[in-house]
Amino acid sequence: MLWACLRFPDLAFAAAFEDAPANEPRALADGPTARRHILAADAAAQAAGIRRGQSTATAHALCPPLLIRSRKPEVEQQLLEALAAWAYQFSAHVALAPPRAVLLEVGASLRLFGGWPALERRLREGLHALGHAHLLAAAPSAAAAWVLAGCRDGTALLQAAQLQPMLADVPLALGGLPADSASALRSMGLRQLGDLFRLPRPELSRRIGPEAMAWLDRLRGHGGETLPAWRPPERFERRIEFDRETGSIQALLFPLRHLTGSLANHLRARDGGVQRFELVLEHAATATTTVPVGLLSPQREAETLFDLARGRLQQLSLPAPVRAVTLRAAQLPMFRPLSRDLFEPVHGEGLDWPALLERLRARLGDGAAQSLATHPDHRPERAWRIGPLAAASPDPRPRPLWLLPHPCPLRPAPHRLLAGPERIESGWWDGGDTRRDYYVVQTDGGQRAWAYVPAGERQGWMLHGWFT
Amino acid sequence: MSTVSAATALDRVLQHPAIWRRSSAGAARLRVQSSGWPELDARLPGGGWPLGALSEILFERDGLGEFGLTMPALAALTRARRRVVLVDPPYLPYPAALASAGVDLAYVTVLRGIGPEAPWSMEQCLRSGCCGAVLGWLAQADYRQLRRLQLAAASGDSLAILLRSASHAEQSSPAALRLLVSSSETNTFVDILKSRSMTEAAPAWTLR
Repeated sequence: MLWACLRFPDLAFAAAFEDAPANEPRALADGPTARRHILAADAAAQAAGIRRGQSTATAHALCPPLLIRSRKPEVEQQLLEALAAWAYQFSAHVALAPPRAVLLEVGASLRLFGGWPALERRLREGLHALGHAHLLAAAPSAAAAWVLAGCRDGTALLQAAQLQPMLADVPLALGGLPADSASALRSMGLRQLGDLFRLPRPELSRRIGPEAMAWLDRLRGHGGETLPAWRPPERFERRIEFDRETGSIQALLFPLRHLTGSLANHLRARDGGVQRFELVLEHAATATTTVPVGLLSPQREAETLFDLARGRLQQLSLPAPVRAVTLRAAQLPMFRPLSRDLFEPVHGEGLDWPALLERLRARLGDGAAQSLATHPDHRPERAWRIGPLAAASPDPRPRPLWLLPHPCPLRPAPHRLLAGPERIESGWWDGGDTRRDYYVVQTDGGQRAWAYVPAGERQGWMLHGWFT
Repeated sequence: MSTVSAATALDRVLQHPAIWRRSSAGAARLRVQSSGWPELDARLPGGGWPLGALSEILFERDGLGEFGLTMPALAALTRARRRVVLVDPPYLPYPAALASAGVDLAYVTVLRGIGPEAPWSMEQCLRSGCCGAVLGWLAQADYRQLRRLQLAAASGDSLAILLRSASHAEQSSPAALRLLVSSSETNTFVDILKSRSMTEAAPAWTLR
């Protein structure tokens, strides 16, 4: 086992200020209303003299434009889960270590990623791109990785034997022991973890209790560790709120790309796909607009999802300016990648038909792509259907390739009758009573037409189709 | 994958016009789809509709048999389980007539009511490489759009046919093959206006 620990010291701050731009000094406050104090401050606030532990009143006096917000524990949890989802691409066993750390077992996938230095680089680059300050360390025990990430960023221990010497000079306060045990040990004059490791076990155990003793064993890699594996959730929902309302679809595309990007991340972590999702546009005054996006088969490529969602969005006319947009996917089915014939030459973009149909539907609307079917009815205008196929035997009688949606008068009357008449008389029972004599006729221009006259008559020609 | 089908796959690669082989020098082989009309095949270079290139059928009026001209090829393609897409046809393609021409309706998709999106749709279908044939009725297409369609057709391996009014016959077109369907009072004629790699003009063919 090799555990990597990612610690995010600024997580609470990032969660509270997720949607606020950094154009004024910002600080995070915590504590009961009467004694709220500063927990963290950004660089601009620190330059103005804001320090951790100051009361909010002092902070406001020092820096009047300071933006103070309280912690948002539920957003912190969401953010931590998002980071766990991101980390899931590197390991099958990811565990949350609340409040601000994620553990991942990397021993099994170390060779895949080309060794720890390469994996560490990828982790750091990825987190940097996501914009999270982080500390990381790797050690054969999860507890040790957590402690080392806290005090020695970048440490990597591959051998269990290295654990004890490396942990020996870690200050007790950073050792992860329960708070009361740590303070009891401090008052005994013990300062570092190494001091504890030298003490006889029974005596130490009696003074600090079994819980802290078990932690010390975990640190040294002696006790077994069981960490509940984190699983990506079964659904996806993310909301982006705008600073000011926007009335143009174009302005929605940037947040949309963000949302589909994180959906794709989530899907990759789950090794799943998405077949239905919806975009919910919130307006200030009117009801929300919901844009459903349905796909024919599960997909998970960020680019594809964005293209399809954009196609749907661009058909829309916004009833009111948009204040926030949410992407919600309730079902995330299994994803099965397409299998292709290795030797089959791929032409063009190599899309398969469902993918092409999806692209067309996204831009043209659901109803634009139709399949045709014959329908057993003698009346020509009812002898076809749009939709799935019904089995039908070929009709030996002449039928035109083009059918006019509505018959129209044929002028001048045709002078050459090529075939007919074919009497079609049907529909008295459903109100669509039809009595017609159909002829194949040739017009003066040499066109072949399918035309009819009322049964038994020889005038009042109506054009119903072209033999094209 | 057996060696036999691998060999046929290799054969198909070697048939690509961009590949020059000493043994076949002089006889440039085109990828074609037989039109199903022996008289027309005899007049077309390679003996059929060119694949991976844009063809145009220009017709003077509706109802001259211009769509019917493609019917045997469409029937053959759908029977080979290749998809046929009809982009923005002017009327309803009558399923009974398609079926009696031998077309398997399960492989026919019609894009209707798409107006200005028709050129985009046709280009997407051609580029995707998964359609056996794409037929478009683009009345308003300009040269730039035709050029895009020709490039899209060249990227794939589909039968790409554009059906337009004969009034466009005078304009230049990037299509590889241009047919003109005209009629007298009793007959319909098919003329080849333009064809790549055709050396001599073929006489007009009387369709019906």
